[in-house]
Amino acid sequence: MSNVSSLGISSLGIVRRDPRKEWIARNRLHPLYHEVINEGLGSVVGPSGLIRKNPHQIGFIGPNGIKRIDRLKGNGADTSNKRHGSAQEVVLPLHVVTTPDFYLVVVPDLVGGRLSSHDKDILGLAHALQGGMEGNGAVVAVCFGDVKETQFDLAGVDRLIHLTGTEFEGFTPEARVAALVQIDTQLAPQHWLFPDSIHGGTDLGSRLAASLGERPATQAWQVIPEKVVCRGAGGSLDIARQTPRIVMVLEECGNAIDETRHEVLPISVDALEIQSAHLIDHGQVAVDPNEIPLAEAEFIVSAGNGIHNWAQYHQTAQALGATEGASRVAVDDGFMPRFRQVGASGTWVTARVYLAVGISGAIQHMQGIGQCEKIIAINTDAGCDMVKRSHLSVIDDSDVILSELMQLAQEYGVNDKPSQENSPEESQNVA
Amino acid sequence: MSLNVVSLVSVGRHPQSGRARRADQDGRAVELGLKLVAKALSVVHVGDPDDPVLRQYAGMGLPSMTILKQDKSIDAVPILSQFLQQEKIDIVLTGVRAESGESSGMVPYLLAHALGWPVVARVADIVSVKDGEAQVLLALPRGQRRAVSVKLPFIASVDHAAEIARQSAFALGLRASIESVESVGEVDRIRVDWQESVAKSRPKRLKTVKAKTAAERFKAATAKPEGGTGKVMKNETPKEKARAIFDLLLEEKVIR
Repeated sequence: MSNVSSLGISSLGIVRRDPRKEWIARNRLHPLYHEVINEGLGSVVGPSGLIRKNPHQIGFIGPNGIKRIDRLKGNGADTSNKRHGSAQEVVLPLHVVTTPDFYLVVVPDLVGGRLSSHDKDILGLAHALQGGMEGNGAVVAVCFGDVKETQFDLAGVDRLIHLTGTEFEGFTPEARVAALVQIDTQLAPQHWLFPDSIHGGTDLGSRLAASLGERPATQAWQVIPEKVVCRGAGGSLDIARQTPRIVMVLEECGNAIDETRHEVLPISVDALEIQSAHLIDHGQVAVDPNEIPLAEAEFIVSAGNGIHNWAQYHQTAQALGATEGASRVAVDDGFMPRFRQVGASGTWVTARVYLAVGISGAIQHMQGIGQCEKIIAINTDAGCDMVKRSHLSVIDDSDVILSELMQLAQEYGVNDKPSQENSPEESQNVA
Repeated sequence: MSLNVVSLVSVGRHPQSGRARRADQDGRAVELGLKLVAKALSVVHVGDPDDPVLRQYAGMGLPSMTILKQDKSIDAVPILSQFLQQEKIDIVLTGVRAESGESSGMVPYLLAHALGWPVVARVADIVSVKDGEAQVLLALPRGQRRAVSVKLPFIASVDHAAEIARQSAFALGLRASIESVESVGEVDRIRVDWQESVAKSRPKRLKTVKAKTAAERFKAATAKPEGGTGKVMKNETPKEKARAIFDLLLEEKVIR
C-alpha cells in the first residue's frame, strides 16, 4: 500500500508504515477517511476563500527517488514497493559458536573445487546432529588443495581447515589421511562425516577409519545422535546401530543450510609430517569418448534424422571429443548401433552437455535426456520440441554447421592424438 | 619373476531375485587376476567350503580354491590378514563392496592397515607390473581414468568399470578342487547389537516452499518451471552459429 500518509521514510531509509492509516484509507465509509486521504495534499483555504493546493506537498518520493503522485488515493494495486525491498540482499542471521564444546568434522568432496549438493546436505546434516547433542558444537570443514568455493558461510561451515601445498594437490589420499589423523588428535571431533561418494569421500573415510581403528557406518541414510541406519548387503538390508564416530552418508540424507550464515573461522593445523606416498599419481588418462558408457558420458553429440553425411558426423564427434548418441530413427535406419540409442527404449543419459544434431525431439527422446544440463540443438525446424527445450538452438542445415564446427575444433587443436580411429563397429555404421 | 596374486571372493546376492550368486565385483577381481597370472592365481574365501556358489568362481578356469572354513558370525578380516601374512604375496584383489553382510567396503582397507601395505581403491585395470612396480588405472566418475603407479605388494579393490567376469563353466567348476583350511577366528562382537531389517525404500525429498508471506507462497505455487526456450540463432551466418556452439562448449569445459 503506497499511500501518501501511511508511509514515512526515516533517516536510515527504512520505510515505516502506519497500518491503521492504510486501513482507514481502504475504507471509504470510515469517518476519518477524508482526513486521512487529504492529509498529504496540503489543501488550504486562501484569504479569498479559494482552496489552494500546495503542489510541492502532493505525492511522495518513490523508492527510486522519483516523486510519485497517487491519484487512486491509496486504492490502487499494491506496487512493488515491498517486494523491491525484499529483493535487495537479505542478510541472514549469523550463527556464532564462540567456544565450541565439541567439533563435528565434515570432509566435503569439493568436486571441481566447489561444494556439491551432497557436500551441502552433509554440512546441513552435521548441524542437525549438533543440534540434537548436548552442548555447543561447531561444524568444521576440511578442504584440500585448490578451492574455488566462496560461499562456505551460507553452507554452514563454522570453522574451516584449508590445507594447501603440493602434497595435497591432485590424487593424494595418503597425505590427506595423514592430515586427517593429525586433525583427529588435535580437535578430537565427536563425529567425522564423509560423503559416501565415488568422488573420493568413501575412499578417504575408509582410510581414516582403518588408521584410527574405528568401525565406520557406511552408506548411512538416517543419522541422528543416538542411532544411524545404513544400507547393507548390496542395498537390500537396513542396519540400525549406534552412531559411530565415522559416518559415511549417502546422498539426500540431510537438508542443506539455508536460513543462517556461519562464521567460517580458520583453524590452523599443527605442523604435519607427511611421509612419502606409496601411490604416485600420473594424472588423468585420455579416454576414447566412445569407450565411455553412454549413460555416464559427459558430452554427447547425438544424431537423428537430419543427418545426411554420416561420415562427417562421426568425424565431427571425434574432433570434438564427444561420445556418440543417436535417436531411434537413426538406429532403426541402420546408421547407428542399437546401444547408441538415447531415449525411453535406449539409454537414459546424464550428460552435462548434449548436442542434438537433426533431432526434433520425440517425447521418448526428451525423457532420455531429462537429466542433461545444457542442451544445444542444430535443426532446420525452429518450432520443434528440441529447440524449445534447448539452451542454444541453431536453425540451419546440419551439414553446414558440422563442417564449420569441425573446422573450429581443428583450429583449436582439440584432438592432438593423431590416429584415434572410431571403434570399428561405429565406422562401419552397423548396417 | 612370477607374480603371486590373490583374489578374495565372497558370496554375492542377485539384486532382483536375491539368490546367492557370484558377486559382480569379486568376479571382476578374479578376471583381473586371471589376466595378470592366468592359472597361477589363488582365490581365497572365508566361509562355508560346501557353498555351491564358490563353484561359480572355480568355473572361470581355476584349478583350485582355498576356503578358510568359518562360521558366518566370525569376523573375516583377522583370519585373512593372518593367512596373507604367511605367504609372500604381491597383489591382493578384492571387490569394492560385498553384496552380502555389512557391505561396508572396509576389508581392503583393514587388511592393508594390518599388513602395512598401500591400498588402491576402485581399480579399473592393472596395465603392467614391472620391476616391483605396478601401473594401475583407477576408475573415476563419468568413465574417466586416472593412471597411478604403486610398489608391490599392494591391495586393490576392483571397480565395476573393470573388465566383466568371464562366463563360468559349470563342469569346470565341479572339477576344481576346493581346499578347506581350518582357521581360528573371533565372533564379530560389535555386530551382535545391530538390528537388521529388510531395506525400506528411502523417502523422496519433498520440495518444500519456505515462504513467509502469502504473496511468496502464491508466487511459488504459480511459478512456471524455469527455463523457457534458450537462445535461437536463425539469421546469422553458419560461421557465427558454429562459433556460438563452440564457445558454449568451451565455456562448459567439455572441450579441453
